[in-house]
Amino acid sequence: MVEETHELALRTNEDVVQVRQSVRTAAVQIGFNIVDQTKIVTAASELARNTVVHGGGGRARIEIVRDTTKAGLRLTFEDHGPGIRDIDQAMRDGFTTGNGLGLGLGGAKRLANEFSIDSKPGEGTRVSIARWKV
Amino acid sequence: MEKIPILRLGSFLLVSIQVDMHDRLALALQDDLTAKIVEHRARGVLIDISSVEIVDSFMGRMLANIASMARILDAETVVVGMQPSVAITLVELGLSLPGIRTALNVDRGMELLRATRESEEPAVGG
Amino acid sequence: MAETTLGAIIDSHENDLLNEWMRQQVESLERRRDLISEAELRTDSRSLLTVLKEALAASSSQDLASAQWSKTRDLLVDLSRRRAVQGFSPTETATFVFSLKQPLFDQIAQTTNDPKLVTELLWNATTLLDKLGLITTEAFVKTREGVIARQQQEMLELSTPVVELWDGVLALPLIGTLDSSRTQIVMQNLLEAIVAKAAIIAIIDITGVPTVDTLVAQHLLKTVAAARLMGAECIISGIRPQIAQTIIHLGVDLGNVITKATLADAFRVSLKQLGLIVAKA
Repeated sequence: MVEETHELALRTNEDVVQVRQSVRTAAVQIGFNIVDQTKIVTAASELARNTVVHGGGGRARIEIVRDTTKAGLRLTFEDHGPGIRDIDQAMRDGFTTGNGLGLGLGGAKRLANEFSIDSKPGEGTRVSIARWKV
Repeated sequence: MEKIPILRLGSFLLVSIQVDMHDRLALALQDDLTAKIVEHRARGVLIDISSVEIVDSFMGRMLANIASMARILDAETVVVGMQPSVAITLVELGLSLPGIRTALNVDRGMELLRATRESEEPAVGG
Repeated sequence: MAETTLGAIIDSHENDLLNEWMRQQVESLERRRDLISEAELRTDSRSLLTVLKEALAASSSQDLASAQWSKTRDLLVDLSRRRAVQGFSPTETATFVFSLKQPLFDQIAQTTNDPKLVTELLWNATTLLDKLGLITTEAFVKTREGVIARQQQEMLELSTPVVELWDGVLALPLIGTLDSSRTQIVMQNLLEAIVAKAAIIAIIDITGVPTVDTLVAQHLLKTVAAARLMGAECIISGIRPQIAQTIIHLGVDLGNVITKATLADAFRVSLKQLGLIVAKA
């Protein structure tokens, strides 16, 4: 089922760039068209940046998943940072300019087929998204 | 450290973003632009994103910051060359780049800037 | 005993089998002399006998999916394609394979008198050749499906051309029912055309679209929003009364999208926006 796994550290902004490139490569490998590639890489960029900026650093896991009916990409972002107190609120935050949080969680959810989030204040956050090739 | 080059086109400045941006690069660009707008008394800034494949909320904020900052210095900003897949993704994201004007390419961007300038200048008769 | 397997029989009597098979094919009324020469027919027949002999030498298994039969499968798939190109029907191609039964049965009868053995060999031969014949039919179907898929793609591209009405004004006349995936492709094409032609205005005309559902309406609106982000404006024209009603009922918010009743109206508005007038010469 899980064909390939890549784990990447997410500590600096250069790491975010690295995650984008790795997700892009995986998306091309699965055969996503250009628009779907852009969507999943953009979602990954949002979540990776969250991990670095708000989560105090963590890691990303890229999984190429295949079963009898479909193929796709599952991305998981994990940190041991402060966690999110009000997840609903966080999902609704828009892209504020200036100093707003602009967590981009809602956006990442809209760009993916599957989305799940697990967060405990004081312990950390794990966000997982998946996108399937039609 | 690499810097993003800023070209001067008459009274406008042109920035072509070709590389994957990260924080330091973005901040350096904003500083550079501010300095150059003042130095050349630029009336407009064109940001060419035709090579940019991913625009996320960070990039969106950066573009908005540049536009706000330029406006304070009496220069208008136009973002040009957005790729279709980027536009589709931004629509899906719900990111609308408020306060930022866009054009399809540098030429159209300059037309837009000139038209804005003309509408602001007092009419010269005679 | 070496003589009494199917593979051994083919091996020992290969030339006789080939000659007898050819004689029967050439004599047959279903020969299709117009489509294939005797020389080519002979080559095909010999090749089939050869791969059969080799495959059966490995074992008597008739599991055609296994590796020992891969050369035979490849040969038959290739044969099927060639025959299709030459103009043979799938039945004619399968019949070529089945026609080996008669000379093979004759040879089996000559090889042994033991009725039990004869029955067993006949049974093996007939089941084997049935399966091989079906391979050619399946290959034919797969090729046809490939052609159909390609033609569908071409029709899709042809049926949604983007037309340049004027410098900087594009029109996309949509015709027929729109489903979600077709709409997405069409809209992507439009956005690419906007970039390629540096269009300031794109008119999406839906006069030829009988119905619009929520998904399609949303795609349309997303396309308009994307075009605006890129620096171009969209006008939707040709909204018929029924579609207007559907849009209201579905609660789709057209927002500040410009809509016009006809493509002509939309074009008029576009020219005005570009600051152009049409004057008599």
